[in-house]
Amino acid sequence: MNKSGQSHASVSDVLGMATGALLGNKIRSALTALGIIIGVAAIIIVMSIGNAAQALILQEVQSFGARNVFISPGRIQGNNPMSAAGAVLNQSLKQNDIDQLEDPNNVPDAVLVNPSVEGSVSATYGDQTVIETLLGSGAHVFDIYNLTIAQGSAFTKTDVDSYARAAVIGKNVAKDLFGANDPIGKKIAMKGQKFSVVGVFSSSNAAMIGIDDMIVVPYTSAQEYLLGGIHYFNEVVVQARTVEAVPGMVRDIQTTLRADHNITDPSKDDFTIQTQEDIMRSIDTVFVSLTAFLTLVAAISLLVGGVGVMNIMLVSVTERTREIGLRKALGATSGNILLQFLFEALLLSIGGGIIGIVGGLGVTALAVAVATKATGIVFPFVVSWMGIGLGVGVSAAIGLTFGVFPARNAAQKSPVEALRYE
Amino acid sequence: MSLIEIKKLIKIYSDDGVDTRALDGVSLTINDGEFVAITGASGSGKSTLLQILGCLDRSTDGSYTFEGKEVSSYSDAELARIRNEKLGFVFQSFNLLPRLSVLDNVVLPLVYAGVSKKERVERAEAMIDLVGLADRRGYQASQLSGGQKQRVAIARALVNNPKVIFADEPTGNLDSKSGAVVLEFLQMLNDQGRTLVVVTHELYVAEAARRTVHIVDGRIDSDQPVAHRRIIAKDGFIK
Repeated sequence: MNKSGQSHASVSDVLGMATGALLGNKIRSALTALGIIIGVAAIIIVMSIGNAAQALILQEVQSFGARNVFISPGRIQGNNPMSAAGAVLNQSLKQNDIDQLEDPNNVPDAVLVNPSVEGSVSATYGDQTVIETLLGSGAHVFDIYNLTIAQGSAFTKTDVDSYARAAVIGKNVAKDLFGANDPIGKKIAMKGQKFSVVGVFSSSNAAMIGIDDMIVVPYTSAQEYLLGGIHYFNEVVVQARTVEAVPGMVRDIQTTLRADHNITDPSKDDFTIQTQEDIMRSIDTVFVSLTAFLTLVAAISLLVGGVGVMNIMLVSVTERTREIGLRKALGATSGNILLQFLFEALLLSIGGGIIGIVGGLGVTALAVAVATKATGIVFPFVVSWMGIGLGVGVSAAIGLTFGVFPARNAAQKSPVEALRYE
Repeated sequence: MSLIEIKKLIKIYSDDGVDTRALDGVSLTINDGEFVAITGASGSGKSTLLQILGCLDRSTDGSYTFEGKEVSSYSDAELARIRNEKLGFVFQSFNLLPRLSVLDNVVLPLVYAGVSKKERVERAEAMIDLVGLADRRGYQASQLSGGQKQRVAIARALVNNPKVIFADEPTGNLDSKSGAVVLEFLQMLNDQGRTLVVVTHELYVAEAARRTVHIVDGRIDSDQPVAHRRIIAKDGFIK
């Protein structure tokens, strides 16, 4: 006997015993692992799809170009995008602001300034009427968002300055109003005014969501003819010469607008400037909190799976009381028994976890493929390594946590009590 | 030097506050190479005595020295080691692991002893051959008859080359033919010098031993050599 009195059974031998016990009861093992499989798969699916959607939207925001700065009327509190909802009603951005921002003495780094208004409008051609999103914009909108025109052409600065009744329409609008006919040069009626269709957007304009269902006209004619003679803007985009110039330009814009609006206290600003970085950060915030919440829900199902493992392990320990007694009689130490039952719980939960990860990734890939097919937008398939790490880590932790109690129960049985058990 | 020496051994079971005195001051010495039958009615305490001698349970009071060392000083892990290396067990209900093969059952004590894979398979196979089950090595334990199961259990008890084999009613669940084979085997082992302690309530099993210790109400009633020893291989076996 060695001095410490410890048994020499190797870890791999004990692991072999645990594997044998699980394989000896395949259906029970599979059903027990199922709870873990579902829980881990749910976590993987939530995190991967969350990551995919986040990546998609960030990719689109990025394609706007990092040189763009967005000015909206009103004040957005902190990073909370929800408070932006009220901004539509604010009328603080006027034509004079645009003139001041375009003045190189005020904002020397600005290469273009593009104001826009939004609304919805009903458009009629022949006996077809559609209600669509209206965007009244400066002529720079096509450059800023890299919008490509499939048929006809974009409107120009001259069109804007002359209040031209010209419209570039999305492909769905074109289809609904004109069917198979060529829309270019046709007149559509909006608010009693005839607008001439000068162009149709191509369908590959991922940078602006919903472009297929939009009607884009010069902001001057939108304000004057379609929105009831308003004189304010919903958004102004200012593009900087370089990405490096953005922070300085933001300060220049603030100075200019404050002077224009007679604001001395920055906390009373009636406008909000967002850089692409700000927007990405707030999208990030939304997705991180949404994904975290859904992951928490999925984690609860994993917890339930863990309780299932513990339950079955407790039943198993009771059923195998005689086996435990016999093993001890043959020389197994309490440590050997503890390790064997702990391995059984760990194998169930880690095995379940790995199957859950593979299954979860499979479901995610399928969902991404279906979403891509259904929407025409290419969803990126993002493997959430954090989700995988979390899945493995959490299932191992669950195996340990919920396995220790039954394993200790097993190990503490005295050999003679266990052998006497019927 | 005596192999096993117990003095004034007392074992009290407490169940719901009611104390039961299973052993009430038992003193006994067993030397190397003996074949002792412990007899008595059921409830006399003979199984309790075997469990304490087999280091499966601890006494409430009194002393037990095994190979000159006090057993109560050992930790649970050290007792496990003694059971593993020095003791072998044969039970009335065989206690094989039913889903494991014959070979895997016999190998088990060697696994806990940390013997290398190659060596333990060789040793287990040799023991299975010895009990005449060479053609059953790969069978699941649950596929064997009662007599075959008990022979596997004997192979398992022998595989670690123990100092003592403890058997608790080894023929209790067997028909007379299988029982004869098992008893004959135990006698053969004793003839080869192995120490055997067998608990039984049946006279014919006790007659196969060399010495009987009769227990009544937790005390030794008589302790004497077997006058007319029955040699199973020669005399046969009548149940």
